Amino acid sequence: MSEPVLLTLGALALFFLGYRFYSKYLAERVYRLDPDFRTPAHEFRDGVDHLPTNKFVLWGHHFSSVAGAAPIVGPAIAVIWGWGPALLWVVLGTIFFAGMHDLGTLWASVRNKGKSVGVITNTVIGARAKGLFLLIIFFLLLMVNAVFAVVIANLFTNFPSSVIPYWLQIPVAMTIGYLVYKRGMGLLGPSLVGLFLLFVFIFIGASNPVAMPETVLGIPSAGFWVIVMLLYGAIASRLPVWLLLQPRDYINSHMLFLGLGVMYLGLLFTQPEFNAPFFNSAVPEGTPPLIPLLFVTIACGAISGFHGLVSSGTSSKQLNKETDARFVGYFGAMGEGLLALIAIMATAAGFATIDNWSQHYGSWATASAGGVGAFVTGAGNFIASLGIPPEVGTTFISIMIVAFAATTLDTSMRLQRFILGEIGEQYKVAPLKNINVATVVAFLSCVALAFLADPSNPGQGGMKLWPLFGTTNQLTAGLSLIVITLMLWKWGRNYLVSLIPLVFVVVMTTWSMVHNIMGYISQGNTLLTIVGILILSLNVWLILEGILAWRRGRDEPLHPGTSA
Amino acid sequence: MERTADRAREIWEQFKHFYEEMYFAPYRRTMLKEIQNEEDVFKLLAFSEMLGLPNPVSYYTMELTPFMLEEFHEWHQRMGMEKSPLDGFKCC
Repeated sequence: MSEPVLLTLGALALFFLGYRFYSKYLAERVYRLDPDFRTPAHEFRDGVDHLPTNKFVLWGHHFSSVAGAAPIVGPAIAVIWGWGPALLWVVLGTIFFAGMHDLGTLWASVRNKGKSVGVITNTVIGARAKGLFLLIIFFLLLMVNAVFAVVIANLFTNFPSSVIPYWLQIPVAMTIGYLVYKRGMGLLGPSLVGLFLLFVFIFIGASNPVAMPETVLGIPSAGFWVIVMLLYGAIASRLPVWLLLQPRDYINSHMLFLGLGVMYLGLLFTQPEFNAPFFNSAVPEGTPPLIPLLFVTIACGAISGFHGLVSSGTSSKQLNKETDARFVGYFGAMGEGLLALIAIMATAAGFATIDNWSQHYGSWATASAGGVGAFVTGAGNFIASLGIPPEVGTTFISIMIVAFAATTLDTSMRLQRFILGEIGEQYKVAPLKNINVATVVAFLSCVALAFLADPSNPGQGGMKLWPLFGTTNQLTAGLSLIVITLMLWKWGRNYLVSLIPLVFVVVMTTWSMVHNIMGYISQGNTLLTIVGILILSLNVWLILEGILAWRRGRDEPLHPGTSA
Repeated sequence: MERTADRAREIWEQFKHFYEEMYFAPYRRTMLKEIQNEEDVFKLLAFSEMLGLPNPVSYYTMELTPFMLEEFHEWHQRMGMEKSPLDGFKCC
C-alpha cells in the first residue's frame, strides 16, 4: 500500500477514535448531554423555527450547510508549506478543535433556549455590540463573495469544460423546483432525472470546452467571469428560494456525497505516491511563514466559526434529543474534515511528477489562485483510475466546486442584502432598507473589492482576501469558544477542552492579522490595510471583552435563566 | 415472505421520508415564513373594514370570515395577543 493511502487510512482511523472516545468524553463528562432535557425544538415547537428532527436528517442538513468550497480551497493553498503540517492541522484540528467547537455551540445554544451564539454573546458583552457585529458579518460576506467569484472564474478559465454543465445545471435545478412546488410531484423522480442530466452535461462539457479569449472588453477573461458571476449572484439572490437555491443546493448534496465517495475510492485504486514534500523547507519567495498563517489558511476543515453560526442558528432549534448533539455536531465537523483530508491528498499526491506539483506551487500567488485547480487536477487523476476519462473526472470535480461556490455566492448575497437592511435600520439609512438598492450596493461593493484589492490583477482581488477571510472566520470561532469556555467554567466543568483551543485560535488569528497588515502597509494597499485594521480591532476588543466577562462572571450568573 | 415484503416497503417509505426531509428541512423555515406573510396580507384585506379601511369586495370577504376563524385565532396568538383584538370578531 502506498504512503498516501496508508496515511489516509491512519487519519480515518484517528477520526474514528476521536468520535468514539473524545466525543463520548465531551458528551458525557464535559457537556453532560441529557436525553431527558427538554430541547428548544420541543419547548418552543412552532413548526417553523423549532421542530424536532430526526438526527440523520439533521446531520445531513448540518453537514451540507457547513461543507462547501472552503475546506477544499484552504488545504489546497496550504500544501505549499508541504503536506505534513496541513495534514496534522486538519486531523488534530478536526478531532480536538472543530468537533468540540461544533458540539459545544450546539450544546450552548440548546442550553440557552436555542439562541444563536451572536445573541448569547450579546448577553455576555452587551447591546452595543450589535452594530459592530452587523458590520463584521457584512465584511465576512463581502469577502466570501469576492473570494468565491474568483474561485469560480479561475475554474472556468483553467477548466473550460466546466462552463456548459454549470450553466445548464441552472435550468435543471429550476425545473426540479417548479415540478416539486408548482406541480406537486414527488422528489425522487425529478432529482434522479436531474442528476442523470447533469452527468450527460458533464460529458457534453468535457468534449465541448468553452474557452474565452484572453481579454474580454479590455479585462482578462478571469476578471470578466468574476463580473458575470457576481451579476449572476445578484440576480439569483432575488429569485424565490424554491426556484433555484433550494433545488441546486440539493443537487450539490448529491454531488458532495458522490464526489467524496468517488475520490476516496479513486485514491485507494490509484495508490499514488507523494509528489509534494512532507515539509517544504524551500518555499518560494513571498510565501508567508507557516506559523501562524497555516492556521488561518485552513480555516474550514480544521475549525470554522461559520459552523457555530449554523449550529446555534438552525441545528440547535431542531435537535430532537440533547444527546443527538454528539452525532450532529461532532460528526458533522468530521464530514468537513474528510473533505479537507482528500483535498490534501489530491494536491500532494495527485500529480504525475514533482515538476507538475512545482508548477502549481511555484509562487504564493500561483498557489493562492491555482490551489483549487491543483485539487481538481489531482482528484481527476484519482478518478481516472476508476476507468473514468480524466477530462470527465476533472469536469465533475470542477463542477462540484463551482456549484458549491455559486450556491454560497447566492446565499451570501441574499444574507448581505438582509444585513444591509439591518444596518440601514440601525443607522437610519432609509435607502438601504429597499431590497433593490441593497442588492445593487452588495453587488457593487463585491465588484469594488474584487477589482481594487489587487489593482495589478483585475478581478483577482478575492484571493488576496483569503487570509482575511480565514482570520474573520476564526475570529467568529473564537467568539463561540469564549461563550463555551465561560459556560463550562461557570458550571464547574473541565473548561480546558475549550480554553486551550480558544487561546490557540486567538493567538494565531491575532498574529496572522498583524503579519497581514504589515504586509499590506509595505505594499501600499490602503483598502486591505483598512479592512485588516478593522478586523484586528474587533479581535482585540473581543479578547478584552472575554477577559471582562470572565471577571464579571466570578460574581454574578453568566446567563440569566440558564441552568447547569 | 409477506413479512419481508412489508419490511422492505417500510424501509423504502423511511428512505423516501428521509430523502424528502433532506430537501425540505433546510428551507422549511423560509417557506413557512413566506406563506405566513402572504396569509397575513390576505387577512388584512379580508378584515380591512373592521380596521376602518374601505373594502370594495366586502360582500365576498364577509362570506369568508367564518372559514377564517381558526386561522385568525392562531394569528393573534402568534402576534402575542391573548384575546382577539377586533371588537366585531370574537374567536376566543
